[in-house]
Amino acid sequence: RTKTQNFCRNEYNLTGLCNRSSCPLANSQYATIREEKGRCYLYMKTIERAAFPRRLWERVLLSKNYEKALEEIDENLIYWPRFIRHKCKQRFTKITQYLIRIRKLTLKRQRKLVPLRRKIERRENRREEKALIAAQLDNAIEKELLERLKQDTYGDIYNFPIHAFDKALQQQDAESESESDAEKEEDDEDMDKREFVEADDSDLSDFEDMDKLETSSEEEQEEEEEVEKKASHSKSKGKMPLKGPARRKRPYIEIEYEEETEPTTKTKAA
Amino acid sequence: APPKAIPKTIENQREYDETTVDPNDEEVAFDEATDEFAPYFNRQTVPKILITTSDRPRGRTVRFCEQLSTVIPNSHVYYRRGLALKRIIPQCIARDFTDLMVINEDRKIPNGLVISHLPDGPTAHFRMSSVRLRKEIKHRQKTPVIEHIPEVILNNFTTRLGHSIGRMFASLFPHDPQFIGRQVATFHNQRDYIFFRFHRYIFKSEKKVGIQELGPRFTLKLRSLQKGTFDSKFGEYEWIHKRREMDTSRRKFHL
Repeated sequence: RTKTQNFCRNEYNLTGLCNRSSCPLANSQYATIREEKGRCYLYMKTIERAAFPRRLWERVLLSKNYEKALEEIDENLIYWPRFIRHKCKQRFTKITQYLIRIRKLTLKRQRKLVPLRRKIERRENRREEKALIAAQLDNAIEKELLERLKQDTYGDIYNFPIHAFDKALQQQDAESESESDAEKEEDDEDMDKREFVEADDSDLSDFEDMDKLETSSEEEQEEEEEVEKKASHSKSKGKMPLKGPARRKRPYIEIEYEEETEPTTKTKAA
Repeated sequence: APPKAIPKTIENQREYDETTVDPNDEEVAFDEATDEFAPYFNRQTVPKILITTSDRPRGRTVRFCEQLSTVIPNSHVYYRRGLALKRIIPQCIARDFTDLMVINEDRKIPNGLVISHLPDGPTAHFRMSSVRLRKEIKHRQKTPVIEHIPEVILNNFTTRLGHSIGRMFASLFPHDPQFIGRQVATFHNQRDYIFFRFHRYIFKSEKKVGIQELGPRFTLKLRSLQKGTFDSKFGEYEWIHKRREMDTSRRKFHL
């Protein structure tokens, strides 16, 4: 409804507005253009047929040619009021124009709107979240990368203490264990001396009594230092927790226990 | 006391899918040697990707396209100003592109992805969700991304369908990753959702690796797989997700 005029709901209306002059019910002589399936027809209503509702509206097929159709309208509506003739032609023009547009659009790509379904959307989102949690992506990626490292896909780029070195260490541990089992009397002395040794990390020269124990602790400390240096030099990108002071503290604590815990410190340093 | 039971997860209870690929299956190996990705896996073709969007991309989509192009080496972003896909495909083939990726967007966010392998290869249509651009990824260090050839990890693509999709992803990336770059792109399939992540890794020791996420991330869900190049009306569909039939069981997955 515009401010000044109503729309007419009658299908046979010519202009679409509800006026006395353009109401098919109010006027007994009336004409409209309507189109069906792309073909345009001219509908006419005359006074003589007002008593026969079935035959009230007479329809004439218009030609597809625009100018010819206009001529046909003219010849059919000859002697009719100017207003109706004019409006008919206008309506016909408009109709043909939109029919042309429809035909053009169907040739181009048409965007098909597929409605989303809310329930399904919600369900899929929920399942996605759960799948994400179940996936544990970070762990999976890390495992995969370590697998590839083991399978040597990276070649020789990364060098780490190789297994041979680890085995040598383990041998040393075994030997030191057997020695310590054999010499149980010197336990206290060893422990005291070991306290000294590991307090001064870099002074290794003082105690010559415990040959192998010293060398093993030397190696351990060298290894510790090496790994610490590596940790500092390697391009750490924010994920290296500080291990230096923690490592220094541990020998202090664990010395109070038996000697057999020493291998654990060595493996942790490795 | 009874021994501790293994907890039942959906992965454990997954219904057996008869199309799971057995690593020693000869038929599958033969198929793979003769299908459309064979030239890639035989190192005859170098991948060249064209990334584009639907009409009138909004800012987010544009930025996402740019970031994607840095992730995938040898890729170009072209804008589509109303050009029909059917017409640009022959042009792409003429200019020697191997893959075409179309990012569909809706209401200013990307929500669909179409990957088609160009010389008459399969086309996969995905629903994309949960897209995070680079600046939205948390705990990211400000390291610029250099375009090295990344490594590719494809996880959990077990069935035949999954296998072919996995090969499609693999064919986007050139073959020899540059290990100096230490970048890895991961496509992880879990319960029919494919998660894409892009990380940089360092090996802290022999048993420890640190990863740091850079690059965009998104999740994909496969909607359909077509045999030929993209053709919505006349294409032959190898697989479509039919909601009524396929979503009935919670433990049945197709990828």
